[in-house]
Amino acid sequence: MDINNIISPQLLDAFIKFGINVLVIILKIVVVLAIGLLHVAYATYFERKVIGHMQVRLGPMRVGPHGLLQPFADGLKLFFKEDIVPANADKVVFYIAPIIFMAASMVNLSVIPFSYGFTIADFTISPVIADINIGLLFIFAMAGMGVYGIFISGWASNSKYAFLGGLRSAAQVISYEIAMGLSLVGVMIMAGSLNLTDIVRAQEESVFGMFAIPQIVGFIIFTIAAVAETNRTPFDMPEAESELVAGYFTEYSGFRFALFFLGEYIAMIIMASMATICFLGGWTLPWYITQVVPFINYVPGIVWFLMKVYACIFFYYWIRATLPRYRYDQVMGIGWKILIPVALANILITGLVKIIMTMYGA
Amino acid sequence: MIQQLFFIYFAFAITGLSLLVVTRKNPVHSVLWMLLLFFHIASLYLFLNAEFMAAIQVIVYAGGILVLFLFVVLLMNIREELRIGKYIGAGPTGFTFAAALLVVVFMSLRSFVAAPPGIYSIDLIKKETHTMVLGKLMYTEFLYPFEITSLILLVAIIGAIVLAKRRLKT
Repeated sequence: MDINNIISPQLLDAFIKFGINVLVIILKIVVVLAIGLLHVAYATYFERKVIGHMQVRLGPMRVGPHGLLQPFADGLKLFFKEDIVPANADKVVFYIAPIIFMAASMVNLSVIPFSYGFTIADFTISPVIADINIGLLFIFAMAGMGVYGIFISGWASNSKYAFLGGLRSAAQVISYEIAMGLSLVGVMIMAGSLNLTDIVRAQEESVFGMFAIPQIVGFIIFTIAAVAETNRTPFDMPEAESELVAGYFTEYSGFRFALFFLGEYIAMIIMASMATICFLGGWTLPWYITQVVPFINYVPGIVWFLMKVYACIFFYYWIRATLPRYRYDQVMGIGWKILIPVALANILITGLVKIIMTMYGA
Repeated sequence: MIQQLFFIYFAFAITGLSLLVVTRKNPVHSVLWMLLLFFHIASLYLFLNAEFMAAIQVIVYAGGILVLFLFVVLLMNIREELRIGKYIGAGPTGFTFAAALLVVVFMSLRSFVAAPPGIYSIDLIKKETHTMVLGKLMYTEFLYPFEITSLILLVAIIGAIVLAKRRLKT
């Protein structure tokens, strides 16, 4: 029997196209996850080295040359540790809490674009897993999900330290989420889009080359809110060692602890990427730099993207090594009394300037 | 066909999850099922090409309101079910009213007439993106109701502050 009688060539063609598309998506997911996890591994190494040198120590030195294999040793150790569940813990909730936390931060990797799309043999490949219109809102939504992981892990552990850490963290994250969302509204107004690729394109075409210059107020608020959102020093109230042992994950050990650890570092990388994409021009350079040094155009965009992300991550380590922790009421005061009003004023001014500029056709 | 299958799944899942939410004895479990429920509702919005609504559903309901629910539940720390006679005794009456309401809903469904289609077809919304269309409509044609809504919310906020302050003084 002729195969053409069963499946028409058009249908076969459609199937092959569908198959290739699915394959491309799976490949992208594998590549992004692998690179993301490698970044997490070396972000921990980088953190210990940076803080070590800032405190005039050497940091990890024993495993491999300059301690380069330390992350793998740590990972192996965590993997083979005993998994302890506290007595009277809500077992199911205790098990799913770290998974919710890690998934909520990992899924954000799917909407972060790394460069413009490029074409290989008729196939346009865009270096982003899901190029959605509401990329920015998606990241907000998922950043808000992470708080469930923290919150219910604190509750399910049936421990006072973990519970207090969870409560603190939830209060902090929802407060700073508002400030972070409002600080990015200025970027949305200037770019006229929520798509992350469009935001980068708008910056490339703008006079300033990056939104960090006209949106300097928004950038500062975003940076502060991002640190608070990822529970890092000086806003690490939820895991304040001197008060709460380790906060919400006090009772977690072994691989479940590693999941929290992973989620936290991925969240940090996501926040650094967000700062890069929304304020620092993503993978593009401002026109005034490329015109002065034209040969810089030959460097692929992803190099600039990664360099900007690493600079942001270095900034997080830097403030961790230099600043003391805030008191809890100070954290809330900064969030509600300073950041949110300033962010609202920033939105008002940005909107007014935009209206005036469109009125006079600039 | 595939769309209908998805819709059937979501319709059943939403109903099932709602039942799970109201029948759990542990309030924290209820809240977690509700989280899953909100995600399913957001997916329904996605099927209607309303991506902005889907994102707002997750941000506002799952990320904001439900966290506050969880706060209250955790602070009260109810580990076992409370049975208050006043509310349990009113069960049959409530059930009767609910059944009557269901009958009314089914009766009104028969006289359902679809509204005439406006200028916003699916293709137009896809082209202009849902966020853009919604924003434009909300700030031009529906500006007045929109502002009234925000005023009502403002009144609620002020009321909450006044009530909290009064308790602080005494």
